Amino acid sequence: MNALIGRKLGMTQVFDQTGAQVPVTVIQAGPCVVVQRKTLEKDGYEAVQIGYEEQKETRLTRPVAGHFRKGGITPRRVLREVRLEEGGSDTKVGDVFSAEIFEGAGFVDVIATTKGRGFQGVVRRHGMIGGRASHGSGNHRKPGSIGMREHPGRIFKNKRMPGHMGSTQVTTQNLELVQVRKDDNLLLVRGSVPGPKGGIILVRKSIKKASRAS
Amino acid sequence: MSKILEKIDAEQRKPADQIPDFKIGDTVDVHVRIREGDKERIQVYSGVVISRKGHGARENFTVRRISYGEGVERVFPIHSPNLAKIELNRRGKIRRAKLYYLRELAGKKSRIKESRD
Repeated sequence: MNALIGRKLGMTQVFDQTGAQVPVTVIQAGPCVVVQRKTLEKDGYEAVQIGYEEQKETRLTRPVAGHFRKGGITPRRVLREVRLEEGGSDTKVGDVFSAEIFEGAGFVDVIATTKGRGFQGVVRRHGMIGGRASHGSGNHRKPGSIGMREHPGRIFKNKRMPGHMGSTQVTTQNLELVQVRKDDNLLLVRGSVPGPKGGIILVRKSIKKASRAS
Repeated sequence: MSKILEKIDAEQRKPADQIPDFKIGDTVDVHVRIREGDKERIQVYSGVVISRKGHGARENFTVRRISYGEGVERVFPIHSPNLAKIELNRRGKIRRAKLYYLRELAGKKSRIKESRD
């Protein structure tokens, strides 16, 4: 297994061996149970669907309840699908994974939904610098020119303009794993992680930086 | 703060008996561990505590001293493992929460009265 669903608990700091302060995000990762196993023969690709946190059966729709009953799993709140790692073909429905799968992983990626920022202007949303503040400019946080003249006679697609910001899925890659506490299923990851405290996140072993052990 | 974060924070802190109850205005000796290659030695930095802020494991304090005629300020995390010891030398009597005004003063004016209690 190479990924787990979890919750972001918040940030704090720890001292490392040299006494330096390291900013860390605390993540509650797992335990996750395999709810469905997708196979090459049946689904065309190899993957596992994992579930996180117990849920009351009365809160489920009947199709979802049936999905859990099929695997004989008690209902879960969150479901995510992850690709099967190499050599993981003996993973089967009902298997439970917890934070210890990250021991020795070195680096992880975190996938989560960012905090919603609502409708934002161009300065905050795209980092434009706006106009002059003083000397009567009146052009304070405007985007400036958005195009040319009769030729091309239109605004190019993807022109950066004001609009909704945040609430998008973001992947933060190559976060250093500072500590794995398998007793409490906690991961301490250097730096920040997208989303609010208590938000659902997916943690996986880094795909770009391999583990130090292997 | 969640209970789990509280617990991690508590693990990072030193036991309370290792940290003297020093306040702003006090004169302290800070014993700093310095690593040179694989050797370790202790350097003592002494001066007046002009600020103490933050809470939990993140709390830090600023020590100001005059070194060769030049004012020097160093900020230490109270719970840093690199601090071998903090020694309290003299209690100061002050009327401000932060002594940043000492930066503007020198000589006789920058003295702090000793507190008698």
